[in-house]
Amino acid sequence: MTSKTVLTKRLSRDALTTPHTGSVAKGRRNTLLRWGLYAILILFALFYLMPLFVMLTTSLKSLEEIRTGSLLALPRDITFAPWAEAWSTACAGTQCEGLRPFFWNSVLMAVPAVAISTVIGALNGYVFAQWRFPGANLFFAAILFGCFIPFQVVLLPMAQMLGLMGLAGTIPGLIFVHVIYGIGFTTLFFRNYYVTIPQELVRAAKVDGAGFFRIFWSIFLPISLPIITVSVIWQFTQIWNDFLFGVSFSGAGSQPVTVALNNIVNSTTGVKAYNVDMASAIIAALPTLLVYVVAGKYFIRGLTAGSVKG
Amino acid sequence: MPILQIDHLQKSYGDTQILHDINISIEEGDFLVLVGPSGCGKSTLLNCIAGLEPITGGAVRIAGRDVTGVSPKDRDIAMVFQSYALYPTMSVARNITFGMKVRGVDKVTQDRKLTEVARQLQIEPLLNRKPGQLSGGQRQRVAMGRALVRDPKLFLFDEPLSNLDAKLRVSMRTEIKKLHQDLNASIVYVTHDQIEAMTLATRIVVMKGGVIQQIGTPAEIYNRPANMFVADFMGSPAMNLIPARVRSEAGQTRIEIDRAGDAPLVITDPVSRDLPAQIVLGVRPEDIHEATGNAHLPGTAEGAGGEVMIDIVEPAGADTFAVTHLGGKPVTARLRAESAVRARAPFPLAFDLSKVSYFSPKDGVRLN
Ligand SMILES: Nc1ncnc2c1ncn2[C@@H]1O[C@H](COP(=O)(O)OP(=O)(O)OP(=O)(O)O)[C@@H](O)[C@H]1O
Ligand SMILES: [Mg+2]
Repeated sequence: MTSKTVLTKRLSRDALTTPHTGSVAKGRRNTLLRWGLYAILILFALFYLMPLFVMLTTSLKSLEEIRTGSLLALPRDITFAPWAEAWSTACAGTQCEGLRPFFWNSVLMAVPAVAISTVIGALNGYVFAQWRFPGANLFFAAILFGCFIPFQVVLLPMAQMLGLMGLAGTIPGLIFVHVIYGIGFTTLFFRNYYVTIPQELVRAAKVDGAGFFRIFWSIFLPISLPIITVSVIWQFTQIWNDFLFGVSFSGAGSQPVTVALNNIVNSTTGVKAYNVDMASAIIAALPTLLVYVVAGKYFIRGLTAGSVKG
Repeated sequence: MPILQIDHLQKSYGDTQILHDINISIEEGDFLVLVGPSGCGKSTLLNCIAGLEPITGGAVRIAGRDVTGVSPKDRDIAMVFQSYALYPTMSVARNITFGMKVRGVDKVTQDRKLTEVARQLQIEPLLNRKPGQLSGGQRQRVAMGRALVRDPKLFLFDEPLSNLDAKLRVSMRTEIKKLHQDLNASIVYVTHDQIEAMTLATRIVVMKGGVIQQIGTPAEIYNRPANMFVADFMGSPAMNLIPARVRSEAGQTRIEIDRAGDAPLVITDPVSRDLPAQIVLGVRPEDIHEATGNAHLPGTAEGAGGEVMIDIVEPAGADTFAVTHLGGKPVTARLRAESAVRARAPFPLAFDLSKVSYFSPKDGVRLN
């Protein structure tokens, strides 16, 4: 989405700065180019929206209609029964209570994990950006390195550690894993945001008598809304959508919605209920969609806040 | 008891030493100005006084108390930063009262001081605005207000006027001077603007490369610079530094200055003794006068020897600057506006020898 707006912006700027002198042909070429660009963009948009369209329509069809009709056709009789089933009665493995309990597991896992990793990232970033200490660069490099470690590498040691801490197979265990894994990213976000804030601000506050937490609370937190949004969206998307940690570290009562979705879709008993599968998938994806819609504007703004002045 | 005393202060970043053996002592009510070229360590020294940078050696005393290891908040100082460093999300009023709030001053006192300072700085209408909605001069006042409500032992200013345009700078300069006189505050003030230094200071410290070159009153610094660096740095246009030879003749000191296309100019100095054979003569543009027949200034160049060829004439309203060549260097004289000086014509000039400085050409140190 960003690259799209940037491209169109640049194009229109080119059009504006084109000199008037003898450029009817040039102007026509620009218009052509613009239309060509729109055509391509619309094509891509359709391409990306196609699966969503199929999911949505399929989830509203009865099984009978799915079997007889075309994949791309609109539903003849709209039915919400698959949604109800997905939410409260579909079988994930042997448990037939729908997505609902797992959905709440995910909420109970994601909300604290997002909050904790954001708070820790903010404090870390504040220290790295404004309270340089000996070896800070090395620490920061190590934390950055943490962003690039693939999930699979940490699975076994993490399982061992959760076992040692007595958190194996519990929601707090999952929260712990996601917080640890998220700190690298959140620290990076906040550090890069705070590093653009002049050091003299901290110095002024120190002379005014404020200490470490006071300065953070009174001066840094109030200017952090854009980057908090970035951190929350990023972390929420990561944690809510995570499957690998969820499937590896959860127990019977603590599986997140992604794992449950997998189990519903892969349940082998009876006929394949495509409509229920689709409804489940949409339900599982809704919260991240919601977060984007609500805060997406700030997300883009926050990501570019450091690089673009004003 | 000195309000600020710095003993043998050293400051290094890693292996690079930034400040070398700094010794400064000022009394209550002094306005000390630190000047020097960019990168000479002025801000670093100020930060060391504030406790924002740890020092590598020596000691800092404020009002007699050794504060070397003490944190900034416990040094009883207030500081105005070059970028003003106003808290962006707080209103002007909250910016000013933040320090008092942190220190647990009661609300009534906070409000009283805020009103007082706002009136003094004429920022009453701005109290509810955010720093982003203020002009440069207004921000500067708020930054000042934040320091003034504190009533500290020592004020520290780091180039507070450098972000302002020329006109505002002059008016703020006057206001700072007035504040100093009204409050009898002790101030350490950093600038690299030598006019600011001359007009504001009761004492000036000239620094170069982390070494103090001279400490003195503005008059001392201006009239008796300790070395050629200070002579060149302070004053605009700068002091003329003219290479010259010294001859002792019949107990008198004669100074010879090469002149383009003529015999050397010879000046007799009746006072100075024991100068080395080679010197650099320093004379301010305003201490070179038109040599008139009846005015017998002590340094009037002898006879026709006072005629020099003028290269350029620059009228500047109240004065006229005439540039000539002496000792192989361009030399500027500040003459009266109505002077009859013409470019590319000879003109009689005289040096006021009571005001000249002699420097050693080797190390630049003052000789007289
Ligand atoms: N954190 C630092 N690490 C290493 N060197 C530093 C650091 N801060 C400053 N310096 C160096 O110390 C020297 C003095 O810097 P300082 O900021 O005190 O100069 P200044 O006299 O205030 O200059 P200006 O007039 O440009 O503000 C400079 O050479 C600078 O490069
Ligand atoms: Mg500086």
